[in-house]
Amino acid sequence: MQEHDMSWVRTEMALAQPAPAGVTGFSAWVRKNLIASAGDTILTIAGIALVALILPQIINWAFINAVWTGPDRTVCATVAQGGVQPDGWTGACWAFVNAKFGQFMLGRYPIEERWRPILVAILFVALLVPMLIPKVPRKGLNAILLFFVLPIVAFILLVGGMFGLPHVETSLWGGLLVTLSLSFVGIAVSLPLGIVLALGRRSRMPIIKTLCVVFIETVRGIPLITVLFFASVMLPLFLPEGVSFDKFLRALIGVSLFSAAYMAEVVRGGLQAIPKGQYEGADSLGLGYWQKMYFIVMPQALKLVIPGIVNTFIGMFKDTSLVIIISMFDLLGIVKQNFSDPNWATAQTARSGLIFAAFVFWLFCFGMSRYSMFTERRLDTGHKR
Amino acid sequence: MASQEVLREEPSRGSFINDPKVRGIFFQAVVVVVLVAGVWWIAHNVIANLTRLHIASGFGFLKGRAGFDISESAIAYSSDSTYGRAILVGFLNTVIVAIVGIITATIIGFIVGIGRLSQNWLIRKICTVYVEVFRNIPPLLVIFFWYSGVLAVLPAPRDSINLPFGSFLNQRGFYFPRAVWGDGSWLIFVALLVGIAMAWFVARKARQRQMATGQQFPVLWTALALIVGLPLLAYALSGFPLTFDYPKQSTFNLTGGFQVRPEFLSLYLALSCYTAAFIAEIVRAGIRGVSKGQTEAAGALGLRPGSILRLVVVPQAMRIVIPPLTSQYLNLTKNSSLAIAIGYPDLTATAGTVLNQTGQAVEGVVIMMVIYLAISLLTSLVMNWFNAKMALVER
Repeated sequence: MQEHDMSWVRTEMALAQPAPAGVTGFSAWVRKNLIASAGDTILTIAGIALVALILPQIINWAFINAVWTGPDRTVCATVAQGGVQPDGWTGACWAFVNAKFGQFMLGRYPIEERWRPILVAILFVALLVPMLIPKVPRKGLNAILLFFVLPIVAFILLVGGMFGLPHVETSLWGGLLVTLSLSFVGIAVSLPLGIVLALGRRSRMPIIKTLCVVFIETVRGIPLITVLFFASVMLPLFLPEGVSFDKFLRALIGVSLFSAAYMAEVVRGGLQAIPKGQYEGADSLGLGYWQKMYFIVMPQALKLVIPGIVNTFIGMFKDTSLVIIISMFDLLGIVKQNFSDPNWATAQTARSGLIFAAFVFWLFCFGMSRYSMFTERRLDTGHKR
Repeated sequence: MASQEVLREEPSRGSFINDPKVRGIFFQAVVVVVLVAGVWWIAHNVIANLTRLHIASGFGFLKGRAGFDISESAIAYSSDSTYGRAILVGFLNTVIVAIVGIITATIIGFIVGIGRLSQNWLIRKICTVYVEVFRNIPPLLVIFFWYSGVLAVLPAPRDSINLPFGSFLNQRGFYFPRAVWGDGSWLIFVALLVGIAMAWFVARKARQRQMATGQQFPVLWTALALIVGLPLLAYALSGFPLTFDYPKQSTFNLTGGFQVRPEFLSLYLALSCYTAAFIAEIVRAGIRGVSKGQTEAAGALGLRPGSILRLVVVPQAMRIVIPPLTSQYLNLTKNSSLAIAIGYPDLTATAGTVLNQTGQAVEGVVIMMVIYLAISLLTSLVMNWFNAKMALVER
């Protein structure tokens, strides 16, 4: 019986065969992603044509033909325009950015006092980087230093007038210094204020609810410029004679109030997404209103709306450029102001300066959005579908 | 019986300080008192400041002579017109740039958004680069880039760039032929209106017939024939009244034609490019929000890919897309106030000039706020109506 058993059991694994040549490798990738159909092929050709038309021009302009250093406009102007470049030359004038770099970063901050903003920047980076890396311990201490101690130290260092530091008018501030300080304070103020407004909007007290709704909807319905106008021309009228406050502070109030209204709507979205059982569960544990919000609702709600919060931050960072309208000079404002410098007036100046400013803004905004995606993934506890 | 009576008895509430109702009333009373005091204080200060600075109050200044020129105006305006009319001109300019910008941004946004979902790797990457670049830089910077970086360095009028259809591009803007409507051209407009009305009627009838009998009717071609054909017919019947005034090159400037100033052009291009990046993301999210099962089920029913997209995917995607799209339209309208930075006379710019000339800051800012709020509310209302029409109708 045993000898006649024809059944056969394989004792070793069959070796994996390589995938057919048609579905792997570069040619298959091209076939799938670039020339899948006739229409696809046409699109690919059009795309290649577009890239071939634009990319070499950009590279030529920004790198190959660009002027990197130089004392004044002659290096960036053609012979016909009174410069040294051959006629028909076009290229980026990075020499302009190079020469004005200090101004672009710090505005008209007095040269001998520039170590102060630089020191603040170093402190800021030294506190922010460990805050952003999840593995670094002592987050609580770090947060206190970053959000409470640093602003005070930065205020003393930047404004001066005490501890033997000479006073520096905020009208001398400018460039990235203004952009970053406006955004930092705006972020630090608008998030708590937005949370309070969102809670007020969902409150059961009719008067508080109405006030919050009116504030949020009015601010969201008008452009930031109108809010800044309000802050710069109407606020002085609201105060008694002789009392006035700094233009920088007025801009800060305008920007913070504006983004707080948007933040409130984002937070409200998160609050609405929390199931009612969570609220009731907290009530049944005997928690008070603020305990319920702080321990139960907010941690869940804020986690849900991280993308929206960061979007609001990014929007505010971009919106700080509008302070140019009330004649303050942030990064964009100072770049634009320098176009009128006769030492650097060439056809390429405006383009180069604006692209430099765009690049700086882009770095910050893109960085923020990527970091928010990272946080979102890290905090994702699997409740989201 | 007795035990139930005991159970129904009000539970002891403890101190009334802990009663949420009492607390609520107390807090609201405090808020009202603080608010009234604050408003009273502010009003007191405003009145004191205004009398000290000898600034009149009230809206009487709207009837005063403006005394400043506006470079672009859709209605008749001169420096002798009133302040009120100046603000109206600004308002119309805002509306014009917002409408044109919204249309262009929607078109670019839909193309780029669909492009980001394309099977084609190259198209996908190009669209991604577009979105990531424009989403992360301030709109004001984009406006400046078009204005000082691109349009200001175009050739002088003498060396204008020739474009097709007799149009020109130079430092002073974009020139294209102006249509001159001769006698009897009103017939063309009437024909257009009649064509649109008839097309709408045909579409309705066709839908009713398809619902009742299942027979289809080539609505698109009929509508196209009606809307394009009728005006053309009227054009021919009324003896070709439409002529064009072409811009002509002279030594220093272009004469004739219709000029689009660089201020408008850069604002329009910048707002369109910037908002399109956001619309693209919304469209992408909307299309990806329609589950794959819907596409597969539609395929199983035997629909062609084009019909699947048109009849199954797009109507469902639109439901996701419309609310955020509305807020982008509102953003574009509000961002058009950046026009002030390059000198396009929109509402903020003209109202700002009026405010500076009269010194009536309170009234000026109030006018601006009211008009922008009205635009926002109107847009929201229209889009909410559209949203309700598109929304899922459940039993």
